[in-house]
Amino acid sequence: MPTLTYLQAISAALRDELRSDDRVLLMGEDIGVFGGAFKVTDGFIEEFGPDRVMDTPLAESGIIGTAIGAAVVGMRPVCEMQFADFISCGFDQLVNVAGKMHYRQGLAVPLVVRLPSGGGFSGGPFHSQNPEAWFMHSPGIKVVAPSTAADAKGLLHSAIHDPNPVCFMEHKHLYRRVRDEVPSGVFETPFTARVARPGSDLVVIAYGAMVPVALEAVSDGLDGASVEVLDLRSLVPLDEEAILDSVERCSKVVIVDEANQMCAAGAQVAALIAEKGFESLDGPVVRVATPDVPIPFSPPLEQAVLPGVDRVREACRELLAY
Amino acid sequence: MATHTAEPAAAGAAAVEHLTLEDRVWLLRAMLLMRGLEERAMTLYRQGKVPGSFYDGYGQEAVSAGAAFAMGPRDRLCILHRDLAAHLIRGVTPTRILAQYMGRAMGITGGRDGNVHFGDRRLGCVGMVSMLPDMTLVATGMAMAFKLRGEQRCAMTWFGDGSTSRGDFHEAMNWAGVQKLPVVFILENNQYAYSTPLDKQFAVDPVERAAAYGFVGVTVDGNDVEAMFEAARAARERALAGDGPTLIEAVTMRMHGHAAHDDMKYVPKEQVEEWRKRDPIERQEKRLRDLGEDVDGLRASVKAEIDAAAEEALAAPMPDPSTAIDGVFCAGEAEPLGDGQAPWSGFFGGEA
Repeated sequence: MPTLTYLQAISAALRDELRSDDRVLLMGEDIGVFGGAFKVTDGFIEEFGPDRVMDTPLAESGIIGTAIGAAVVGMRPVCEMQFADFISCGFDQLVNVAGKMHYRQGLAVPLVVRLPSGGGFSGGPFHSQNPEAWFMHSPGIKVVAPSTAADAKGLLHSAIHDPNPVCFMEHKHLYRRVRDEVPSGVFETPFTARVARPGSDLVVIAYGAMVPVALEAVSDGLDGASVEVLDLRSLVPLDEEAILDSVERCSKVVIVDEANQMCAAGAQVAALIAEKGFESLDGPVVRVATPDVPIPFSPPLEQAVLPGVDRVREACRELLAY
Repeated sequence: MATHTAEPAAAGAAAVEHLTLEDRVWLLRAMLLMRGLEERAMTLYRQGKVPGSFYDGYGQEAVSAGAAFAMGPRDRLCILHRDLAAHLIRGVTPTRILAQYMGRAMGITGGRDGNVHFGDRRLGCVGMVSMLPDMTLVATGMAMAFKLRGEQRCAMTWFGDGSTSRGDFHEAMNWAGVQKLPVVFILENNQYAYSTPLDKQFAVDPVERAAAYGFVGVTVDGNDVEAMFEAARAARERALAGDGPTLIEAVTMRMHGHAAHDDMKYVPKEQVEEWRKRDPIERQEKRLRDLGEDVDGLRASVKAEIDAAAEEALAAPMPDPSTAIDGVFCAGEAEPLGDGQAPWSGFFGGEA
């Protein structure tokens, strides 16, 4: 099985889809001749041509809106936002047109929006956001967020095959830092959670870039404690069964979001546990997230707000001692 | 590229050249049905049978009737809220339209969305959203797919004078111009965006912007259904020939308030009276009467059809509340838009 980086896995999924399905079309700013701001589509235009690897005008609403039009007449558009932050300019089309279409009119919108998200590299307030919760709160849109290369590929295949709009949160910090074995060819990874590390004393629930952070934080075993890490992988649908199963086995829960804390994905997980897992708990549900500030530019400021290994480890220590 | 600015559309003889007498009657019938259905729906609204508010296109019937009539079965339409005739031309039945207004299960959205926010996907139509003009981009994307696949089809969308102020108007015009797409934009200039008049909306007539985006813009008398048809027919021909988009500014007047609650006191009475003389239905009726057509008979048959539709729609059940959370996501295969009815005789030659 080949070993790929997270970025290579995303590229491989897109290439496999373009090769196997004529309906698949990539759209985005600078994705063609330039190969994309992060080079995810490097070399694609040579193989697939400018019609299928389309350099669009600088118009995020235009990208999402035209992709919706193409989708409802039989195409399978995959849109790239150059940075996830820019989806704010395409928010209306995604939330109001795509997200509500099937409920209102029974018309499916098979559309994928790739959102390079997250901070950790001095991107500043407009190149570092984690906007997934915006879309969790908008009915009709699925949201997935892989943390491994294998899941990045499998979830992207599933997203492209899905008949609904899917936000594919690809964390920029993982692009070249994460590398693992990835099956070749087209395969689907279900929109469910995955136990990244089994344990029984405490579970850290995370997704995206916070999964490797959680794994590192608990890697020393925290004085012999058995700590589980649950990788959500999908935020909509949210795998309630897997979450409640981990809570029942571990009784103590730390939830980690890189997103701003208020109403983040982790807030929904905490609410779920409070409603349906209360009897299993042996301590308060603890959250680690970015405080409600824009992501600052300067490294010491940015590191002060993003959840890191130390904060997660400390949260686990305190809860284990509860 | 040749671009024209505010070129008056050839009406009259040019239109008649492409329309049989039967077509011309069809156009009148579509407008009469639209007006009659909206009047009936307004009565139902006042009786408390139409929830929410009520929006109509009184006086603007020619815009949607004429333009939609030029579209083929495989063309795709994104229809605005004062364009009921377009739905009728595509084949949506009066009964389902009245059921839609009343939030009944047999309405086009099954009660999921409000009165004019609908499009029958099986007939090649996508319903609008309230954010205007979002659908200009959706239509542009449809046209993009047609061009990529080398298909002889076009997309059409309607939007108002107010929506030319929003970014999506620019993004769609620009995109369609850059990619030279087979899309027809109908700018329904009805003088007011809710209460806001044109001089607070733009500094230049928006049809002039077409040239700036690299394609043809034409101004048409939006109260002449045959002129509307001819402009749309010519635009579609251009689109299918690979000559790109057309912006058609249909000049008309919103004769009623923005919605049922709006008394329109911000509109000078003289303006309304002036436009009343240009009623699109009276105009088409006169043409047909002069040709010896039985217009009164047509009116009677339309009224009978609406009466029957209202009776059926009033008897139709409301949606089951237990289904309110169903269908947010598609659980099966994504089924693309289907083909619509295309009654224009120009399509009878077997064009698909």
